[in-house]
Amino acid sequence: MFTVLIRRTSVMVAATVVTVIVGAAAPAPNVVTIGNFTFAAPVVTVPVGTTVTWVNGDDVPHTVVATDKSFRSKVLDTDERFSFTFTRAGTYDYFCSIHPHMTGKVVVKAS
Amino acid sequence: MGDQPHRRRFLECMGWAGTGLLWTAGGGVVSSITLDTAQAAASRGIQPFSFLQVSDSHIGFAKDPNPDARATFREAVAKIRALPVKPAFILHTGDITQLSKDQEFDDADQILKEAGLTVFHVPGEHDMLDEGNGAAFLARYGKDALGDGWYSFDHSGVHFVALVNVKALKAGGMGSLGAAQLTWLQNDLAGRSASTPIVVFTHIPLWTVYADWGWGTDDAAQAMTLLKRFGSVTVLNGHIHQVLQKVEGNVAFHTARSTAFPQPAPGQGPAPGPLKVPAGDLHAALGVRTVSLIRGGEPLAVVDSSLAA
Repeated sequence: MFTVLIRRTSVMVAATVVTVIVGAAAPAPNVVTIGNFTFAAPVVTVPVGTTVTWVNGDDVPHTVVATDKSFRSKVLDTDERFSFTFTRAGTYDYFCSIHPHMTGKVVVKAS
Repeated sequence: MGDQPHRRRFLECMGWAGTGLLWTAGGGVVSSITLDTAQAAASRGIQPFSFLQVSDSHIGFAKDPNPDARATFREAVAKIRALPVKPAFILHTGDITQLSKDQEFDDADQILKEAGLTVFHVPGEHDMLDEGNGAAFLARYGKDALGDGWYSFDHSGVHFVALVNVKALKAGGMGSLGAAQLTWLQNDLAGRSASTPIVVFTHIPLWTVYADWGWGTDDAAQAMTLLKRFGSVTVLNGHIHQVLQKVEGNVAFHTARSTAFPQPAPGQGPAPGPLKVPAGDLHAALGVRTVSLIRGGEPLAVVDSSLAA
C-alpha cells in the first residue's frame, strides 16, 4: 500500500518533468489564433521548413498577407485557417489587408 | 437664430440610422431627416431635392446579433419605397457584402432594385475580398468610374464626389486614398466655384475617429486641403456602424449606421467587432437618432429615439 503510493507519486513527478522538457525543447508554437482583431502571437520564431497556421477565431473575416507579398491568404471567415511553409530564413512581416492595423511577424531561423 | 444670418452654415441632421438616412439639399445646405418624417421637410422649405444614404448592408452576415442581414436590408428598402417624397437617388457607402461573394452582390442588387432608384456605390473593405482584390466590385459598379472606382457627378447644383479609401491598404495603416486618386480629386475640383456645395462620400471616415481600430484615413488631410476653399462640404461615410458627427470649418463629417449590425463606440471594448445586442433589441440598437447641428460654436443637439418605439 505504502509502496504503491510512492510509485504513484514518482510517476506524477516524472510526468511533470517530461512535460516541461517537451515545452522547452519544442519549436515555438506555429499556430497563430486571430481573435478580437489581433494576432494572438504577434511574433512567432520558427526554424526553416516550419509550417505556420493561422486560425480565425473572430466573428468577422480577416486575411493574412505578407507585406513583401511572399504569402497571401484568401479571406478567412470564422474558424477558417491558412497555412504557409517557410522554406527560407528571414523576417516576414504580415498584416490583415481588411483591418491593416492588425500586424504580426514570423521570424524564420536557419536550422 | 442660425436660420437668418447663418443660413448657409446651418446643417441639421436627423438620421434614422437603422435603415437609412434621407439627405436633403437646399440653398447649399445639406441636411438629413428621418425617413418617417420626410414629409415634414417640405414645411421647413429645404426640399429642392433629396437623396438617401444607406451603408454597411453586409449581405451574407448571419451571426450574432443579426441572423439575417438580408432581412434588415429589405426592411430598409421597404421604408425607402414607402417614402411620401421620392428621393433623387441612393448613395451606398460600402460594405455592400460580407465576403464579396457573387451571390451576396446579386442579392444586394436585387433588394436595392426594389427601391426603384438610381444607386451610386463606393466599396467597403468587405467588397474587396474577391480573388481579384476588388475586381468584382469594379466590374459591377465601376463602369463609369476611374482608377479603383472613384468618380464624381452633379445634381441640381451640388457636386458629388465618390472616393475609394479601402484599396491597397498598408500594414499598420488605416484607410487610404492614394496619390493617383488625390491627383484626380485636385483636377476634379479645380475650376469649380467655391460656392458649389460639395458632397463627398466614401466608406471609411475621412477624419480619425479612432486610430487604434483603424477608423480613419491616413491621407485624408490632403483631400481636406483640396476641399478647404469650398463654402459647404459634407462628408458622408459608413464603416463604423454608428452615427457620429464632426465639424471642421465648412466641412461637416457624418458617419452612418449599418443596416446589418451595430458596432461599439470608439474604444469601448477590446475590438470593433459586431456589438452583441439581444435579438429583441436589434432594431432598437439600430434606432433613430436625431442630431441638430448649428455650425458656429453651438453645441451638438443629439436625440436618440428607438425604432421600436
